[in-house]
Amino acid sequence: MAFVSRAFRGRPHKEPRDTRLPPGQYLVRDFPVLSAGPTPRTSLGEWTFSIEGEVDEEKHWSWEDLRKLPSETLTRDIHCVTKWSKLDTTWEGVSVDTLLEGVETAADYVMAFCDGGYTTNLPLEDLTGGKAWIAYAYDGQPLESEHGGPARLLVPHLYFWKSAKWVRGLRLMNEDSPGFWETYGYHMYGDPWLEQRYSGD
Amino acid sequence: MRSLDLAVPGWPGHRAGQHVDVRLTADDGYQAQRSYSIASAPSADERLTLTVERLDDGEVSPYLAAELRAGDKLELRGPIGGYFVWDPAAGGPLLLVAGGSGICPLMAMLRLRQAAGSVVPVRLLYSSRSPEEVIYRDELDRLVSTGSGLEVVLTLTREQPETWTGFRRRIDPEMLNAVAWPPADQPLIFVCGPTPLVETAANALVNLGHEPARIKTERFGPTGG
Repeated sequence: MAFVSRAFRGRPHKEPRDTRLPPGQYLVRDFPVLSAGPTPRTSLGEWTFSIEGEVDEEKHWSWEDLRKLPSETLTRDIHCVTKWSKLDTTWEGVSVDTLLEGVETAADYVMAFCDGGYTTNLPLEDLTGGKAWIAYAYDGQPLESEHGGPARLLVPHLYFWKSAKWVRGLRLMNEDSPGFWETYGYHMYGDPWLEQRYSGD
Repeated sequence: MRSLDLAVPGWPGHRAGQHVDVRLTADDGYQAQRSYSIASAPSADERLTLTVERLDDGEVSPYLAAELRAGDKLELRGPIGGYFVWDPAAGGPLLLVAGGSGICPLMAMLRLRQAAGSVVPVRLLYSSRSPEEVIYRDELDRLVSTGSGLEVVLTLTREQPETWTGFRRRIDPEMLNAVAWPPADQPLIFVCGPTPLVETAANALVNLGHEPARIKTERFGPTGG
């Protein structure tokens, strides 16, 4: 018999479970902030974004360069490994496909790296084909530093720790390698629909 | 606030600062999961303590804080997290900054320090709304009185006793400047509590000259859970 918590009923007036919520998640209407350390600050004058590593030629953009690229506005649900989900969040940013145009690589994996030292790893395939953006606006406003501004990686189909805040570049790698949270036991891939929170899930 | 002492057969042990995920299952199969910091120091006895703050609109905390009784079972997973951790070997001096229930993982660190007989100097700056809401107040007094090098500074932001001579406002840069170790001492810093407090404190400490890499933060508090 499956485990049952004696006398647990959940919320008094339970709404039918929203099918847009992955397993183990609950809905929030605010926008929680979680981070491992202080919010980094980098002036836009100093800010650059790079694609480097296993590529024929590195590419670099200044903030001005980034803002001149074609951008998109998109609305997506986001899911944090700490169990909260937020539906219909609206972002503006440059598709990672745009940034990877013309980049020659045989690499299959990427390490996103950020101000403050944060890193997270993803398969290249999960950053391409319209699945990822470098986002600089949230809900119609410039992205606040607490939420990763001036720009963060946005990869809504994975747990949100993969949407690296304060992103400064992507390093292409031939083999998968754990980033910051992955090194501390979080899942290498992080699919919310398979509840891949921690290694071994 | 309610402290739950749990016997967890097969518990692999934990580090001070880690947390567990607790999962509740109703008899119709409905499940809810939330994370709670482990408040007890690591020990060999396969027991751990969670201190739970009851959120009025919470889904899991009201059950843990009010319904759960001795003999009940809980499903939990962990320990989780490995960054926001401290043990005496990491050294110090240590600056701990807590708001409300953010004291819980820091209490595990202080309890470990005590159990290990460590004399690493520690300053705890702890913000609560009122004297009644200072969690572990008596225990903190006892730990200070051991003379092992723990200093506790409270700030009571909404209600203070008549004879109160301490801080009576939210943590701000001036308060941190007065309380924190100087940057030259290179303290290890742990900040835990609601996001606004963590943001204010972490930014202020960076502005005072502390290295960002020596400041670890954990943010929680009501977000509708």
